[in-house]
Amino acid sequence: MAELAVDKHFKYILSVEKNKDSFESVVMDHLRMNGAYWGLTALDLLGKLDSVNVDEVISWILKCQRESGGFSGNIGYDPHILYTLSAVQVLALFNKLDVLDIDKVATYITGLQNEDGSFSGDMWGEVDTRFSYIAICCLSILCCLDKINVEKAVSYILSCKNLDGGFGCTPGGESHAGQIFCCVGALALTGSLHYVDKDLLGWWLCERQVKSGGLNGRPEKLPDVCYSWWVLSSLIMIDRVHWIDKEKLVKFILDCQDVENGGISDRPDDAVDVYHTYFGVAGLSLLNYPGLKAIDPAYALPVDVVNRIFFSG
Amino acid sequence: MHGRPRKAPKPEDEAASSAKAQKLRALQTQFFSFHHNKIYTKEAVELSAKLLEINPESYTAWNYRKLAVEHYLNLPDCNPDSIKSVLDDELRVVENALRQNFKSYGAWHHRKWVLSKGHSSIDNELRLLDKFQKADSRNFHAWNYRRFVAESMKRSEQDELKYTEDMIYANFSNYSAWHNRSVLLSALFDKKAEGFLLKEKVLPEEYEFIHQAIFTDPDDQSGWFYHLWLLDQTVTTDSPLLASSWPGHGSDVLLVGDRCYNGSAFSPFSALHSDSGSFPIVLYFNQPVRGVNSSTVTVECGFNKNEDLLWKPLSASNSQTARVWVAHLKVPSSDLHSTVEVSVGHTKGIISTRGFEYSHPSMLSFKVHVQPMERDSSQVSVAESISLREENFKVYGKQSEESIIDSFDQLIIKNGHETTASNWRFEALAKEIECFRELLSLVDCKIGKLTLARLLKAYDAMSYPFANKLVHSEEVLELYSDLMKLDRTHYQFYKDERSIVLLQKYKDSVSSAICGPICLRLNNLSLSRMGAFEKLLWVQMLDLSHNELQSIEGLKAMQLLSCLSLRNNKLRSLTALEPLRKLKLLRILDISYNQIGDHSIDTTRYVCSSPLSHSVGSELNRDETVTSDVALINNWEAFYIFKDFNLNQLDIVGNTIADEKFKSVLVKIMPKLKQLDGKLLD
Repeated sequence: MAELAVDKHFKYILSVEKNKDSFESVVMDHLRMNGAYWGLTALDLLGKLDSVNVDEVISWILKCQRESGGFSGNIGYDPHILYTLSAVQVLALFNKLDVLDIDKVATYITGLQNEDGSFSGDMWGEVDTRFSYIAICCLSILCCLDKINVEKAVSYILSCKNLDGGFGCTPGGESHAGQIFCCVGALALTGSLHYVDKDLLGWWLCERQVKSGGLNGRPEKLPDVCYSWWVLSSLIMIDRVHWIDKEKLVKFILDCQDVENGGISDRPDDAVDVYHTYFGVAGLSLLNYPGLKAIDPAYALPVDVVNRIFFSG
Repeated sequence: MHGRPRKAPKPEDEAASSAKAQKLRALQTQFFSFHHNKIYTKEAVELSAKLLEINPESYTAWNYRKLAVEHYLNLPDCNPDSIKSVLDDELRVVENALRQNFKSYGAWHHRKWVLSKGHSSIDNELRLLDKFQKADSRNFHAWNYRRFVAESMKRSEQDELKYTEDMIYANFSNYSAWHNRSVLLSALFDKKAEGFLLKEKVLPEEYEFIHQAIFTDPDDQSGWFYHLWLLDQTVTTDSPLLASSWPGHGSDVLLVGDRCYNGSAFSPFSALHSDSGSFPIVLYFNQPVRGVNSSTVTVECGFNKNEDLLWKPLSASNSQTARVWVAHLKVPSSDLHSTVEVSVGHTKGIISTRGFEYSHPSMLSFKVHVQPMERDSSQVSVAESISLREENFKVYGKQSEESIIDSFDQLIIKNGHETTASNWRFEALAKEIECFRELLSLVDCKIGKLTLARLLKAYDAMSYPFANKLVHSEEVLELYSDLMKLDRTHYQFYKDERSIVLLQKYKDSVSSAICGPICLRLNNLSLSRMGAFEKLLWVQMLDLSHNELQSIEGLKAMQLLSCLSLRNNKLRSLTALEPLRKLKLLRILDISYNQIGDHSIDTTRYVCSSPLSHSVGSELNRDETVTSDVALINNWEAFYIFKDFNLNQLDIVGNTIADEKFKSVLVKIMPKLKQLDGKLLD
């Protein structure tokens, strides 16, 4: 069986960070904050976080904070809840949450909760359960979850529960592994997992594993390494991960590596990117792959980072 | 980011890429200048369109365009024609962007935003949707948008249902269409709409429809989950029911403060050794409910006031919803023989999570006999460690020829109302069973076997307890064994399902003269999972050793457990012990020879009550002396799991975590513990 090319991936991630002039990079300019979270968390899981210049990263992050308290995807862009979470997660990795004016960030997020408990992504009102997860995860990391109406937030998420046990982006939306991760994660963080029909959802999730051993995101779709995170973390949170063949999945992820140039792609022999590199490594961590730090399935941060937030004094 | 082939970068590619990058950079820079300076001239707005055509994901450009639109709409000289022109422009830009990337969240949302300004017709939008759904019938953005349009333009559910039918006939392998269909039908069932009032008419038609999908290509998953939903609709009754209770109706409860009986001829299911002066009444419903309290459930007995009873849900965290509810009845310490009557649901208020009322009031009554303690309990020697090797254990599998009492029937409440159990349900199931047997005779397929197993289980569950046996158990067990071989990827899933069927098969035959505690041995059964709790409420000592349990989910229902062995199983973490926190009578626990400490990933991290899931209630009173000694960051699982336990005896040897350091932490967390791994503690 192939092995994880740790060194190659480490060098790949650093190169992505530095290479700002390729077309790929410019086209992803607006979500650099997400990219930072993917790259840096992957580095931490690989045990290589100390190779990064912390101060540079933090200074750039703070430049992305706008007046409203939210963070933008990169300098100059508008704030959005997506990038606010990534910013907070990266600061948590570095144990630098204290550089934040927590009230300011919390105010931005609480301002995005709607009457029905749902969350908008920004002032323009797009509603999606992804944003519910983001709000809950972000405020949990900042230890001020009680600033939102948790009960309403949970009931909105439950209104997006489908008859197959999964969750969609809005009520009636088709079950999709990404949305399921967000909803199950949000329910986990709010002590509400008892509302999930774990057997029903567990079966839907375990049937994402196709013959090649990879996982798809919904029925009759192609497998993709990023679902090694969305499906796997959901299965772990509801304690049904033993319903898939873990070894086969490990093999699939390892087959998606570019062992020469580093990086991991969505499926074998496709182009690599930092998004799939992160999800591949995170998936392997959830599968107990040796040499990787353990990752928390709900916060999507290393376990030691999460424990540090909640249990140290 | 998806589906691009891996290519070695060639110098000419890099040059081209670099040129494109510079062009895009220039566009972006110019755009920011307009955006930050709030410039909304035609040229500026046109530039943003160019940017979005190249990169529809550049979300700030969509924001800018909304600001530009609002700017125009607020101009003094705007009129209906100019508004129309402005909004038409936006719709055109969205279409162009979607052509570039028909999954762009920003583009779809912008279109919704434009529509909220009151523009475009339903025909326009449906035409656009048709285009996109022809390109990709699984595009969930398009389906979401379709639901949005249908709702805001008040298209009827019946029309939308016809659309899903058309899509499915065009291609059965369209999970999105089946999903949409389930949403629409569900809404119609709930509304009890004209023509949809009767599930018994609609469901058989839907079964016919779904067969075409499943039988055409049994390996295609598109129809599997829809069929499972149809099955659920066929067997599930809306109103919650009481499935089982302890004490059972008609039973005799003997309360002794001692370990020995005086040889009275009481059924083993009803004797309880109680040193707390009270005993639990356990109500086990067939689905989670709320609203169980002393108004909706009244307990009449001579020695306790109903209003004083506090009914608690056995649920995680602070939820007021649970399948299992418990109240503790205080008993006087003197000799007593009394009848207790429990009325469930005579007053409205017990409601399921889907909002259906408990509608069939039931009553159960049992007798309580109190035998005062013969010895002063404080003199009982603590050196006696309870061994689970007692002869009066009931062993699974050993059944005498004649069953004297069909004991479980005492517990399972016969709900008389559904006796004419809607014939249409049985008919529908019987027909499905026939269809799937036929399928399996033609194709040896996984979905055939799995569905048949589910159908047979459902049929048995509906017939029981009127029929006294689960007729199809053997066949179901065999189907799961087949599946474990046929679909090795999902081996553990079938094994878990099989474990539950094995437990539900369990029936006990009992002789009427029993001494000692009420014990059950369920070891060496390859159980990977526990279940059938409604049948096991009476168990006080349980031996689950030498199985393959990695979870004890649901065990919290067994409120009478005082003694539990999980020795030689596959428990992977301390958090997996969460269900035991609700067992207030548990005194002896053996979790030796498991895998606690072996695994870095904890799969029950979020089903246990801890600060991580914000589920530690206000009753948490962090004992300062404990946490100052116990480094919480290294031992939080032990702290949150064990702090509420009231154990006398614990065995933990054979787990990687159980080194001397950890054991000393445990002793600090559980000061009342008397014995750890066979060693007496002072």
